[in-house]
This record gives sequence, structure tokens and C-alpha cells, in this order.
Amino acid sequence: MIQAIVFLPLVGALIAGLLGRVIGHRTSEYITTGLLIIAAVLSWVVFAQYWLAPAAAEGAHGAATKVEVFRWITSGALDLRWVLRVDTLTAVMLVVVTTVSSLVHVYSIGYMSDDPHRARFFSYLSLFTFAMLMLVTADNFLQMFFGWEGVGLASYLLIGFWYKKPSANAAAMKAFVVNRVGDFGFVLGIFAAFMVLGQLDFDSAFHAVPEHADATMRFLSWDLHAMTVVCLLLFMGAMGKSAQFLLHTWLPDAMEGPTPVSALIHAATMVTAGVFMVARLSPLFEASDIAMMVVMLVGAMTAFFAATVGLVQNDIKRVIAYSTCSQLGYMFVALGAGAYSVGIFHLFTHAFFKALLFLGAGSVIHAMHHEQDMRNMGGLRHKIPVTYWMMIIGTLALTGVGIPGTPLGFAGFFSKDGIIEVAYAAGASTGYIAFWALVISAMFTSFYSWRLIHLTFHGKPREANHGHDAHAAHDDHGHGHGSAYDNAHESPNVMLVPLYILAAGAVLAGVVFNDVFFGHAEHIEHFFQGSLVVSADLLDAAHHVPWQVKWSATGAMLIGFVAAFQMYIRDTEAPRRLAHANPGLYLFLLNKWYFDELYDRIFVKPALWLGNALWKGFDDQLIDKALTEGLGARVKAITGRVVKLQSGYLYHYAFAMLIGIAALLTWAIAAGGLLG
Amino acid sequence: MTLPLFFFYVFSVITVASALMVIAARNPVHSVLFLILAFVNSAGLFMLAGAEFLALILIVVYVGAVAVLFLFVTMMLDVDFASLRQGMLQYAPVGVVVGVILLLELLLVGGSFVLPTGVEATAMVPIEQGVQNTKAIGQLLYTRYVFLFQGAAGILLVAMIGAIVLTLRHKSNVKRQDVFRQTGRKRSEGVELVKVKSGQGL
Amino acid sequence: MQSDVTSFASLAPAYPELLMAVGAVVVLLLALFWKNVRPGVIAVVAIVLLLATLAVLVLQPASGVLFNGIVIVDGFARYMKALVLGAAAATVMISLSNSKEHGIDKFEYSVLVLLATLGMMIMVSANDLMSLYIGLELQSLALYVVAAMKREDPRAAEAGIKYFVLGALSSGMLLYGASLVYGFTGTTQLDQIVAAITLETRSIGLIFGMVFLLAGIAFKISAVPFHMWTPDVYEGAPTPVTAFFAAAPKVAAMALFIRVTTVSFGPITKDWQQIVIFLSIASMVLASFAAIGQDNLKRLLAYSSIGHVGFALVGLSAGTAVGVEGVAVYMAIYVAMTVGIFACVLALRTEDGRPVETITALAGLAQRKPFVAAIIAILMFSLIGLPPLAGFFAKWQVFLAAVEQNLFVLAVIGVLASAVSAFYYLRIIKVMYFDEPVAKFAAVPGELTAVMAGVGFLIVTYFFTVARPLTDAAHAAAGSLF
Repeated sequence: MIQAIVFLPLVGALIAGLLGRVIGHRTSEYITTGLLIIAAVLSWVVFAQYWLAPAAAEGAHGAATKVEVFRWITSGALDLRWVLRVDTLTAVMLVVVTTVSSLVHVYSIGYMSDDPHRARFFSYLSLFTFAMLMLVTADNFLQMFFGWEGVGLASYLLIGFWYKKPSANAAAMKAFVVNRVGDFGFVLGIFAAFMVLGQLDFDSAFHAVPEHADATMRFLSWDLHAMTVVCLLLFMGAMGKSAQFLLHTWLPDAMEGPTPVSALIHAATMVTAGVFMVARLSPLFEASDIAMMVVMLVGAMTAFFAATVGLVQNDIKRVIAYSTCSQLGYMFVALGAGAYSVGIFHLFTHAFFKALLFLGAGSVIHAMHHEQDMRNMGGLRHKIPVTYWMMIIGTLALTGVGIPGTPLGFAGFFSKDGIIEVAYAAGASTGYIAFWALVISAMFTSFYSWRLIHLTFHGKPREANHGHDAHAAHDDHGHGHGSAYDNAHESPNVMLVPLYILAAGAVLAGVVFNDVFFGHAEHIEHFFQGSLVVSADLLDAAHHVPWQVKWSATGAMLIGFVAAFQMYIRDTEAPRRLAHANPGLYLFLLNKWYFDELYDRIFVKPALWLGNALWKGFDDQLIDKALTEGLGARVKAITGRVVKLQSGYLYHYAFAMLIGIAALLTWAIAAGGLLG
Repeated sequence: MTLPLFFFYVFSVITVASALMVIAARNPVHSVLFLILAFVNSAGLFMLAGAEFLALILIVVYVGAVAVLFLFVTMMLDVDFASLRQGMLQYAPVGVVVGVILLLELLLVGGSFVLPTGVEATAMVPIEQGVQNTKAIGQLLYTRYVFLFQGAAGILLVAMIGAIVLTLRHKSNVKRQDVFRQTGRKRSEGVELVKVKSGQGL
Repeated sequence: MQSDVTSFASLAPAYPELLMAVGAVVVLLLALFWKNVRPGVIAVVAIVLLLATLAVLVLQPASGVLFNGIVIVDGFARYMKALVLGAAAATVMISLSNSKEHGIDKFEYSVLVLLATLGMMIMVSANDLMSLYIGLELQSLALYVVAAMKREDPRAAEAGIKYFVLGALSSGMLLYGASLVYGFTGTTQLDQIVAAITLETRSIGLIFGMVFLLAGIAFKISAVPFHMWTPDVYEGAPTPVTAFFAAAPKVAAMALFIRVTTVSFGPITKDWQQIVIFLSIASMVLASFAAIGQDNLKRLLAYSSIGHVGFALVGLSAGTAVGVEGVAVYMAIYVAMTVGIFACVLALRTEDGRPVETITALAGLAQRKPFVAAIIAILMFSLIGLPPLAGFFAKWQVFLAAVEQNLFVLAVIGVLASAVSAFYYLRIIKVMYFDEPVAKFAAVPGELTAVMAGVGFLIVTYFFTVARPLTDAAHAAAGSLF
């Protein structure tokens, strides 16, 4: 079954990719989508086995189901097999990946309906899904790395899907390059892990952790705590893939890709690979306090930073992108605190409501004929009511609406509040810093989410204020010439049905699964069966935080909601006044803390200079002139001489043989030491 | 010095010397004659070793047939060996160097050669006393070495096919003898009775 | 003296040879007494016989030492014989459609190929210096004749004479070496020679004999510096004959080389390793450079085959079972590539029926005959050793074996030579794909298309289709030697 889940998307990708032209777009869409739906159904079956009847696997506590596909590399002590590993953590990820992916496939049938390269698009989508499934079913570091790079590749292809758009190409390249920085760390981490632990497959590596917990490794002149080095390097990979602070710059740009891609890759699945990786390797991270602290602080920083930037963005997708970035920060805080299950819980719920928001935003964009600037929207509530309500549900889930102390609330309520409580319970100064950062971020989250809703759906249509189609707004003759607002229309059912399903998830995922992710430690243990580390003390402490803490997130959420309502519904001039009053802060936020400019100065410009220097000096002069052409000339000269040897005379040939045997004899006798 | 040993040295020296002369003689006919001399002396060596059959076979086959054939060929072909040798001088230095090296190394080999003790006991095929030479060879050839014997036969078959395919030419306009057809000819096929009218001819 | 052949059943391991020997004679008689039979029919009968022998070999595997230790049949012998038979059958098959224009449309050609193949089988199974020599001569003599078979072509005659004279010289070396080895060890049986040798007490005479012996065999695999005949003979001989030369005899001689070195001279591996490394490096380097200067396709392929022998020897120079396994795999892939490339060469004829033999004549082939051009391109990439084609895995295995034995210098030189060799392979692709077409080509016969497609398929999908069974077979083959 697991083979089917993993390889069906690959089959789909190959069919659509290689035969797309032959079988046509429609067929490619149906084949890939159909295969993914099958995979999704199978995933739920797998998940149900773990959720409903964990006793079935109880006998082999801590042992995952492993399916060997083939032997991969055998070289000396290295014996790698390609094994599909299924345990609870994998099952959760399988469900997330295949569900969101199949819904996105369905949605894309509608969204991409007028694109001339649909078969390629679906092929990429399925390829991505395959790579992601490879990643989550990995049983060793290298296999994970394969999936890791596979999703990176698919992400690159999909961001740059509209390859005729220069900005899309640039964004794709940026995503690839920034990810490369993280991946470099990841590779070094794998090397270091292999060096320290001597194992590449997870189980053996985890078993080897205790004996190496205090090992040190010598680098230059320092003795470094080995596990810390390993974990920090691995986390660098997670930072790249999950767009954490300092390596986050690619994610907003990645919005150049088609919106379903953003929903699938840049919200629900790929960006959570970092979170998954840290959870999967939790036994390693447990061995290093410093690494855990770094994870937590980077998460908190990202959550805060992305939330602040999200406050002022105008592109509807960028707002959601920064929101994603911020929510990923939440997940890392949970991981850093040691509550891995809670981080995964947020990953799980976030997948539903963030995919919902993205697909909803896609629906809006679709309705507005690819208009993405919220300043040109407004009042769409009446035009696209279904989308509106779906976005409301997504926003409620994202902002975490619910009543603390009761099992009433949207998905985000449980997981996000859980994280905030865990951060508080983790204690120490880092825990408090994270706690406050997250509470403030929760307020910002609420603010920008409602700002998005207000700007898009409430108020009056604003597009006429902007020049480009002002005169067309009153032209009623042709449908195509009407304003975007006038022509706005509800999306077809094929796009709405996925929204319904995701909305159901956004509403229910929290209530239903709260117990197994963030309930009693025993329940969590029972559910995860050792596939990640569960700290009973920490969870216990998190359940017994003061009531102020439990209410803090809800309070922050309400403040954000009220502020947004005040500024964008009641007093719509307020934002402008505020921006004029604080121009420095406004520009600072609008330009995303000037990270792109900073990186341009520090990395891009010097790299370009170095590249130029190497190109002209090293490559042109040394390699091309001296080596390549020089070597070519040498080769020609030698060839000329060698060819002359072949004179055609029989006695030359016989002579050559005799000389050869004399030389061989002399060589054999001399080298064999037989002369003396 | 026993008599057999004396003859051994005589035969060996002559064999080696005449082998040398085969390649050194200016006249190819002389070369062939030296070859025959070498064969004969080798036969003498065989005789000393008690292999009378081989000795005589050598004389009958090699001297009697092969070498004489050689002789005819070299005498009938008008090969100007002097001109063939003209180019040789320019390669002489290299040839000498190679030759000297090989010779030195051969001397090394000769110097290091020691007959292992009890080599007779480990001989591949011990000579049985009281069995005729011919019979001993026959027994060996058709039992132990039957595979090699058949293999050698295969080589001869190939040589035969090769000789035929490379040289036999069927020319369509050449009249050939066909004994069966000629002797099986009927009178009716060969003779025709023709009535000739006088004065007219055929 | 009693023979150990007591019943027909006791000959079981030698059934393939018996079938081949009897079959060859039957084919000869059939051709002689079947009036006016076309040579093509005889060739088909020969292919059937080769395949039947192959079937007996594969389906009735029997091992053992026969004829009082003269013949050995083990896993290695069976593997190599299967290669030899397959190569022979394939090369006869690709010559079916064009034997007339190449002057080999005589039934003797088929008979000689069968006898040569018999000789190769004897070589592969040789367990004695005498059977080694008998097999070698049976093979060589037949090859001398077929090289010169196209009598009206002076180039073929020249090829035959050159091959014959140099072959005789090499046979002389081999015999000389064999007699020295016999003299210094007291036995001619390969698996008993090893008992008489130790590393400490080895004498200079033994080394001397071994070098001469190996030189004689090196001539047959055309390793540098005993390769000089190869380009001339390959160019002069009719193309189908060249194809045959390049495939089956190389395998047989390589098998012989491996058996003599690993079985008989196991204790003095260090000594023959030096020689093999020398031959290997010389072959790889010289072939890479010399091939660049060629315009004649067959000459180029001659150098290419010299180079590939060098690469295969890299594996042998490791002196380990892994190395021999690598060589076994290499030879299998080499045979497939050789058959494929010659099928392509034979398939190419200008409109007026003249064979295409120069690289420049291939100009624009991709436009005129895209399928043939594609197959040639695949083969060229595979010959260079680019992954994921079969040629890559062949090189990979032998280099791996060498590196495992710390022969880094050899491996590095090999890779460099491989890089240089890429030049002339790529040049062919360049000419086919980027030059303007000059000539029109005649239609390609069906069975050549089939061979090309089959070889192309195997080379491209090697890793997924044949890699596992082939490596397993090679592993078993190598295992039977160590």
C-alpha cells in the first residue's frame, strides 16, 4: 500500500510529463488527479490504522513499518537500502501531503483551465508530491536528502512555471539559490552526523546518540560539542526549506508561481519539511540544549518578523506568504521547546487553513482576472459570496478563534494556543522571550488577516481610483472590456469543492485531533509510538499554566481584530495617517526590513564581482587559453606522432612487438626485484 | 666422457650452429639445406633420448617432405633476397640493442636454471620400459591426449579449407576432366549418324 | 595409460564443443553435397548451430575437468563461452544481408567461423598449455583465412598476410614462453603450475616464460605494443569479418589471459600485475591518441577496441575476484556495443550500394537516417562511458576494482584516457548531427534494424534490465576462478 501511495504520483508525473502532448491536457489532468486521489484515500487508510487502532502496532513499540524497495549503495561499511518507513509521524505527513495535493490538483483543473501548458503543470505537481512523499517516508539521511532536493527541484520548476515572465524566473532562481545555502548546511549536517554517529539510517543513528551525547569534534582549533554542531547544521537546512529568519527571502518572491502551487508547496507541504525534519530527528536535537535554544529563538524571531512585515503588504498572496512564514516560526518554537507533537499539530492544522486561504485567494484572483493588489479590490463579498465565507473560515482558523478551556474553537486555536502555552511552560529566559514574541505576533496575525478580509471583501470597489482601467469601468458594451470588479464571478465548482473540504478541516482538525497531539502525555506517546520524542513534564507544565497565559492569545487576537475593524471599516483614512506619522517605520516594514537590499550588498554584488573576475581572468585566460586550447594542441601533436607509428610495414610491426617484449621482460625482471 | 654424452654434444652443437646458419646464410637454398641439417641432428638427439619413432618420423616427414618442398619452392620462386635485406641495415642498431638485451636476460635465465631434483618422477608421462616406442605414443595419443589429437585434426581441416578457398579458382571457360562423365559416356551421346548427300558437304 | 572418458555421459561438460565440432563438419559436408545451395542458407544453418550450442551450454550446465586435466569447464568458462557464441552468432547475422558485396558469400566462410568459434571454446576451456595452444591456433588459422577471403581485394590479402605473419610471430613467443614455463615448473597443466610456484622461490626463468606467454596472448587481444596488426587488419578485412574479429576472439583471448594469470600465476600476482598494468596503460593511452587521427571508421573502431581492451585490463590488474568480475562484465558490454556499432556500419550504404567507411561520409546522417544516427550516437556515448549507459557501468566496475587495490595512478590515467577518447567519439556525433548531408543512403535491411534497436535498448536500459543478472553471472564466473 505504501508503495502505491508513494509511487502513484510518480506514475502520474511521468505519464503527464512524457505523454502529455500525446494524450492531451484533459486526460493528463484526470490521470494525475485520479492517481493522487487514490493515494490520498490510501493515506487516510494508513493514518486511520495508526489513529484508531494503535494497538495493532503496539506489539512492536517504537518500530516503524519498513518496506524495502531496493538496495541503493553498498560500499565498504556503507550499506544503504531504499526503505519506505511508515510510522505515526509519517502517517500524519502522508495525510497532509496527499490530501492537500489531491485537492490542489482538483482545484487546478479549474484554476489553470486556460493555460496552454497544463499537462506540464500537472506533471510538476505530481512530481512534487512524489518527492515530498519520498521525503516523509525516508528511512535514512540520504533518502531524506533525495526527497529534500526533489521538492526543491519541483518548487523551482513550479515557481518558474510561467517561464516567459522574467520575475517568475528570477523568483525561481532566488528560491533555488537561497535553498542551496540551507541545503549546504543540511549536507554538512548529514556528513557530520555520519562522522559522529557512524550511521545513516535513522534507527541506528538514534540508538547511537546516547553514547555520543558528550562527544566533541575538533574543527580548526576549537573543540565543539559534536551533537550541537550536527543539529545546528541540520537546522540550517530546515531554515532554508522552511523560510526561517535570514533565509526567508525566497518565500514571498515564490508567490510568482501559480496560486495552487503556493497553496501546495509554499503553505501546506514543502515549507513544513524543515519542521518535519526536526521532529523526525528529535532524538538528535534532544542531545543538544544549545541547538534547541537556537531553534526556538529563530522560530520566535521569524514569527515576529514575518508578522510585522505582513501588516503592511498590499499583494494578497504576499500577505498570506508572510503569514506562512510567521506560522512556521510558531512551529519551530514548539519544536525548540521540546514539544514536537505540538509543532506537528500546528503543521497539521496549518496545512488545512493555510491551503484554504491560498486557494481562497486564488479564487479571488481568478475572479478578478489575475489582479493581486488588495488596494484594487474591495466589496467583493457580494460578487463571490462562497469564496468570502471560505476565506472567513480560514481567517478564523488562522487567527485562532475559540474559547479557552473548552473544546470549542477552530483548528488554529488549539495548535497555536498550545504552542504559546508550551513556550511559556518551557520557561527560562528564552521561553519567555518566545512567549511574548508569539503573543504579539498573534495580535499582528489577527490584524493583518482581518485587514486582508476588509480590504478584499468589504467596503467599496476601489479599482476605479487607479488609472489603468479607469475609463473602462463605465464601458458596459463588451464583457471583456468591463472593469475587473464588474466582471468578477464566482469560481466554478471544481475550484470550490476543494475549498469546502479544506474548510471542514480548518474547522474540525483542532477539535478532533487535539487529544493525540496536545492532550495527555500518555495519549501522545500512545499515538506516536516513539516516532518522536515526547516530554511528559513539559506537556504537563503546559497544561497547568496560569489562566492569563491561556487567555493571552485570545486577548491578542481580539485586540488585533478590533484594531483592523477600526482602521479599515470605520476610519479608512487611519492607515494612511499612521503611515505618514511614522514614515521610517512604515518604509522599514514595507521593504521587509531591507533584507533583500542587504543581501544584495553583502552577497550578490561581491559574488557577481568574483564571478566576473573568475570568468575573465581564470576561465578565459587560464582554462580556455592555456589549458583547453593548449591541451588540444598537445593532443594533436601526440596524435600526429602516434599515427606515424602505424607505418604499414610488416617488419615495423614485428619490430614493435620485439621491442615491446624486451621492454616488458626488463620491466618485469627489474620491478620484480629479480636482478640482485 | 661416455659415448652418448659425446654424441649429445655433437648433435646439439651442430643443431644450434645450423639453425644459426638458416637465418644467416645469404643464399636461401643454403638456408633450406641448413634447415635439413638441423632436422637431421635433432633426429639424432631424439635417437639418443630413446625416441626412435620420433627420430625417424622427423627425418621422413620433415626432411623427406617438408624441407624438400621448401627447397623446390625457394628454387622456383625467383626472390631477390638481397634487395629485401637492403632496408635492414638502417634498423640494425635498434635490432642489436633489443637483441643484446634479450640475450643478456636469457643468460640470466640460463644462469638461474637448476634442474629440480626428482624431475623424472614428476614427468608428465613416464616412459614405460618394455613398451614399443610406436605403441607407447599411440596409446598416449589416443587416450590421454585424444582431445589434443582431435584439436590438431581440426587445425589441419582448417588449413585445408583455407588453402582451397584461397587458391582454388573455378574458371568457367576452362575444360576440365570429369572421369565419371567421360567413362560413363554412351555411344549415342558421342556418335551421330548423319546422312550426307554427296557433293554437298555438311 | 587410460583415458578418463568412459561413457558419453561423462563427456557432459564438453557437449557444447562436441556439438560444435560435429556440427561444423556436418555443415561443411552439407554445403558440399547440397548442390547449388546458396551460401546465405548455410550461414543461417551456422547461426542455428551457434545458437543451439549456446542453448546446450546454458540449459545443460555441467562442470568438471575432462580429458585427464586438459579441459576444464567451470562457471567462468561457461560465461565466456556464452559470450563467444553469442558474439559469433550476432556477427554472422549482421553479415547476412551484405555478404555478397564484401566477398564472403561462400559457404566456407560459415564453416571457418564455426571452426574458429570451436577454437575459441577450446581456448576458454583450456586447462593445459597444449590445449591452450591448440585452441589458439585453430582459432587463429581460421581467422587468417577469413581475413583474406575477399580474394579480388588487395587490401584483404594484405590484411590476411599481415595478420598471418605477425600471428605466427606471436605464436612463436607463446610457444617459447610455454616451453620455459614447462621447464621451470615441470608441468603443462594450468592448475598444477600454480602448485610449483611460490612468491619467494620464483625464478627469473619462470618470469621470462610468463612474459612470453602473456605476450603471445596479448597479441590476440591486441594490447599495446602487440596491437600493430589491428588497425591494418580491421581496415583491410571485409567489414563483417572485422565485426567478427572485434567481438568473439577478443572475448576468448581475454578469458585465456584471465585464466592463465589468475589460475596458474596466482602466487606471483605481483609480477604479472606489473605487466598487465603496463599493457593496460599503453593500450588506453595510445589508442586514445591514435584514434583521433583516423578518418576511416574501421580503423577508428580498431583503435577503439584497443582502448577498450586497455580498460578491461584495468580490472584484471586489480588481481582480485572483483576485478575479474569487472572484466567479465566489461567484455559482455563491449561485445554488445561492438555488435551494435558494426551493425550500424554495415547498415550504411550509399544509394549506389557502396559501403560507407569514412567518418566524413557520415555527414548529415541524422537528417537522412535519424534512427541509425541515434543508435550510433547512443553507442558513442556508451563507448565514452557516460552514465546511465551500459558503457559507464562497465568502466565503473573495473575502475572500482582497481581503486580498491589502491591502483590510483592507473585509475587516474584510465579516466584521463577516457576523456581524451571522448574527442573522437563525439566527433562522429558532431559530423552526423551538425554537418550538411552529402550522400544519400540506401535502405537499411530489417535484421540490422532489429539488431541495432535491440543493442540500443539494452545499452540505454542496462541498469534496469540486464545489470543485475549480468553482474550476478559475472560474479559467479569470477568466483569459480578464485
